[in-house]
Amino acid sequence: MMRHIFSLLMENESGALSRVAGLFSARGYNIESLSVAPTEDATLSRMTIVTTGSADVIEQILKQLDKLIDVVRVVNLTEGVHIERELMMVKVSTSEGDADEIMRLTDIFRGKIIDVSDDTYTIELTGDGAKLDAFLQALDRNLIVETVRTGASGIGRGSRILNP
Amino acid sequence: MELTGAEIAIRCLREEGVEHVFGYPGGAVLDIYDAIFRQDKVRHVLVRHEQAAAHAADGYARATGKVGVCLVTSGPGVTNAVTGIATAYMDSIPMVILSGQVPVPAIGQDAFQEVDTVGITRPCVKHNILVKDVNDLAPAIKKAFHIASTGRPGPVLVDIPKDVSQKKTEFSYPSGIQLRSYQPATKAEPDMLRQVVQVIMSARRPMIYSGGGVILSNASEELTRFAKLLHFPVTNTLMGLGAFPATDSQFVGMPGMHGTYEANMAMQNCDVLIGIGARFDDRVIGNPAHFFDASRKIIHIDIDPTSISKRVPVDLPVVGHVKDVLKQLLSLLDASREKPDPGVLQDWWNQIELWRSRDCLKFDRAAEVIKPQLVVDTLYQVTSGDAIVTSDVGQHQMWAAQFYKFDRPRRWINSGGLGTMGVGLPYAMGVQTAFPDETVVCITGEASIQMCIQELSTCRQYRLPIKIVNLNNRYMGMVRQWQEFFYGNRYAESYVDALPDFVKLAESYGHVGMRIDKPSDVEGALKEAFKLKDRLVFMDFITDQTENVYPMVPSGKGMSEMILV
Ligand SMILES: Cc1ncc(C[n+]2csc(CCOP(=O)(O)OP(=O)(O)O)c2C)c(N)n1
Repeated sequence: MMRHIFSLLMENESGALSRVAGLFSARGYNIESLSVAPTEDATLSRMTIVTTGSADVIEQILKQLDKLIDVVRVVNLTEGVHIERELMMVKVSTSEGDADEIMRLTDIFRGKIIDVSDDTYTIELTGDGAKLDAFLQALDRNLIVETVRTGASGIGRGSRILNP
Repeated sequence: MELTGAEIAIRCLREEGVEHVFGYPGGAVLDIYDAIFRQDKVRHVLVRHEQAAAHAADGYARATGKVGVCLVTSGPGVTNAVTGIATAYMDSIPMVILSGQVPVPAIGQDAFQEVDTVGITRPCVKHNILVKDVNDLAPAIKKAFHIASTGRPGPVLVDIPKDVSQKKTEFSYPSGIQLRSYQPATKAEPDMLRQVVQVIMSARRPMIYSGGGVILSNASEELTRFAKLLHFPVTNTLMGLGAFPATDSQFVGMPGMHGTYEANMAMQNCDVLIGIGARFDDRVIGNPAHFFDASRKIIHIDIDPTSISKRVPVDLPVVGHVKDVLKQLLSLLDASREKPDPGVLQDWWNQIELWRSRDCLKFDRAAEVIKPQLVVDTLYQVTSGDAIVTSDVGQHQMWAAQFYKFDRPRRWINSGGLGTMGVGLPYAMGVQTAFPDETVVCITGEASIQMCIQELSTCRQYRLPIKIVNLNNRYMGMVRQWQEFFYGNRYAESYVDALPDFVKLAESYGHVGMRIDKPSDVEGALKEAFKLKDRLVFMDFITDQTENVYPMVPSGKGMSEMILV
């Protein structure tokens, strides 16, 4: 069971997302995360799906995604050089905790404090999944009030380009 | 000129060359029905249940190769049609379904007869489109026909809200269509094909395993030339029957769960297996692990990449349109200096003949009760093998596949992938509508036929002279057989009690009914029925209650682990 990242360009049409999601549930494939948004070309959306599976299953997922009429292009990013990023926002309590310690940790992880209230900080952090996990681990578990993660977005390096 | 959406829908059908639409009216499609009423190019066939509309359109497509079309209303109209859509989807049948929908502003309001049609049908269509603007309607229908009929075919649904069918716009039908997200493969890569030819020429125990894809791509001629040139044995799957002539000596019968001994043994023991437009499904291959106990090279030609290496790993994958690929292979073989040598296959053929001599389809021809096999065999003789045969699902389907020898494609119409009881009669309606002068026979069972029995009324209205051969064993025979073999003879709910008098039933619909309960009457009855050229005849054959279909590969077993008579 290996982790794979699929990157898709698809027609920006209503229902396209449910076709992808429906495919995964109907065929029993795992979805670890899925993120989607329009691109600079308003007719296209770009989706990143993180999944796990045996080599056979991963090959089927690629073919099945490609078969969807709305999918223009699909690539398994994990098969080549690529960059993966995820955005996380963490709200931590500052009422009992040590605000300085939180700021220090945020700095080390190159995060930003983007909102402050009387008893909370909200921290923004970008990185690959492992980095975000590490940050959460480094924080005192009891201080975490809320976390939101976008799921990974991926892009090929250099000349590895996903064009329509 | 400006047309309403409803008029546009019908004009689009005309542009696509559609002659028949199978359907059932309702609130959301009343404008479309009104448009049908006001023209006479597209003919509408009114069924008695939307399931039958989908099946009839599907049967029409299977027999003609054209896109079948059905029209249903929103809500229950669509949900009734879903079984028919799923049936077509599983067998890759080109079909366009037009469904009515509540008006756009009412969508999501739980309006009267609203269902999320696009959501409900998504997993069982090749594609579907909800049209929210009348200007998008003609392009959507164009797209639907294009997608349904190209690549690996399949049903495409176009959902038309009532207000869209009422709004007006300028009509022009798009002449061509180019979809950046959909470009099905046609020809295969030449390099791969050269490897394929090498492997083919080196085979000593070759086997051609061809499926429904050969029929869908109209490649029977190419397949036959290919097999003849190489003198290779051929098996056709349930969906592929007729692609290679069943009466040819190179044909070894159908493979799979109820395939012939020789076909299954040859599949298991060959050294090169050439799968063509077939998908190695569980009813054919049985247990894949057992299949791989034997080693062989597998060549797989298919238009759908997802079918390749899905259930069994393939050595030489060839993605392409079966017809084009076979043409490419034929020209490579024709051009090759090395000529096929039937001599090197002699041992293999001797082995196959030995398997064949096992006579795995034998049955008691002198029995006192009517053997179902005898009926199909006699039907084959009486119709000179020239009928288009539809079937339902169960034992009778298997006997029809085993005993009616199809020499041509598109003459055996049945539900393979979904195995839908109830298809037989509506399939026959679709076929007979397309070919009014052909002999159309529906082989069915007393349980299956009752699933769409109301269609006898449609047959009466349109004077469809279908011949129904009911193999009446008073059991859901296929269920009973499994209960006998695998559930200790506990026949739970498989006895079909309280049967109607089918003769009277047929008569009440205005048809001819016959009841046959003696083996000696079988031939005479069939002959008499086929003389009634312009009538539907319902032949109720009272058959042996406990007959089983042999050979049988129990599920989970390997292809060569057959139960034989
Ligand atoms: C719609 C549907 N429901 C249930 C089944 C399961 N099933 C498969 S064969 C069969 C019995 C068919 O009985 P009959 O039509 O009398 O044919 P026979 O097997 O006796 O020839 C059943 C219930 C099915 N295939 N389709």
